[in-house]
Amino acid sequence: MPRAKVQRKSTAIDMTAMCDVSFLLLTFFILTATARQPDPLDVTIPSSTYKLKVPDLDMGILSIGKGKVFYEIVGKDIKMSTLDKMGEKYSIKFTPEERERFGVIGAFGVPVQNLKQFIMMSGDERTKSGIATGIPADSTNNQLAEWILQSRTSVAELHATSMRVSIKGDAQEEYPAVKKIVDILQKQKINKFSLITSAEGDAK
Amino acid sequence: MAELDTSSGGGKKGKKVRSKKANTKVDLTAMVDLAFLLITFFMLTTSLSKPIAMDIAKPDKDDKSTEKNELRASETMTILLGKNNKVAWYMGEAGKSTPNVESFSDIRKSILDNKKKVAEKTGGRQIIMVIKPTSGATYKNFVDIMDELAITKITTAPAIDDENITDAEKDFMKGAGIL
Repeated sequence: MPRAKVQRKSTAIDMTAMCDVSFLLLTFFILTATARQPDPLDVTIPSSTYKLKVPDLDMGILSIGKGKVFYEIVGKDIKMSTLDKMGEKYSIKFTPEERERFGVIGAFGVPVQNLKQFIMMSGDERTKSGIATGIPADSTNNQLAEWILQSRTSVAELHATSMRVSIKGDAQEEYPAVKKIVDILQKQKINKFSLITSAEGDAK
Repeated sequence: MAELDTSSGGGKKGKKVRSKKANTKVDLTAMVDLAFLLITFFMLTTSLSKPIAMDIAKPDKDDKSTEKNELRASETMTILLGKNNKVAWYMGEAGKSTPNVESFSDIRKSILDNKKKVAEKTGGRQIIMVIKPTSGATYKNFVDIMDELAITKITTAPAIDDENITDAEKDFMKGAGIL
């Protein structure tokens, strides 16, 4: 009787399809990953074990570091509308091109008088030129309060919600500097705000 | 092709020199490995890089209402944030008990201890926390202490008071070298 031969199968698998799928996924993830806007102000944020994610919309982010304050408004429409209001307030006329460019700027920290010049610079020049001296926030020239107020009005008008204010402070910043900003917020009756921190492992 | 026939010479002269067919199959294993590694990386970073928000509520400054509740002093723990990453804490009223100076690594234990003590004494009531950041503290200290409260599961909203730091507290902190 002839013995039944067990056929040896090759162990090599055709990986072409798998490779295709994985690269498709890879491309998808690379493209959907949001490119991070470079921060003009270098802040090291402290870490915490909180789990609440920062919302993406209707936000104003105040960066505090090295005694300077930068402000970032989230959302292009809000930014443009805020710029209009600030222009009106300080009687500076912004051209449509400048509005458009301002709409894509991340955080900024210039006195409103230098804003025109700042807008027309390229991204590289903005950090290099030393024009970004922070937004004036002292009692005689409180442009920061004005920015916050105008952006809040813009959010209320355009999106019919209230703007959330977040503070992104440098870990080594002294508390009085933060308190000064918080006091400005409290003057506008913003008693609730978020502190932005980075994630930390669970502490037990 | 131009292959040297090194086999023992002579013999079959009529053999055709065949061009060798190169195998078109490439081993894709390494490539797939790499692709999946990158996928994993991008998947993890897109969700993790999102910053975390810590919600803070401060008392309304313009609140002129007279309905302010006095804090029960015996159930209150006050933490003063000083410089050099040190804190001073005391239970009860200011000036009546000597504050303890501690570092941030020890404060969690103290909070838990006091929380337990208060709960035992009052039959399960929550401890009241008052945080007083002084001018010597850094922003990190403030975030850290708020984080400690979250870790120790203090659910009553902590009072953040950076206005009324009493002279007794200031003197003590100066004495301890943390202001």
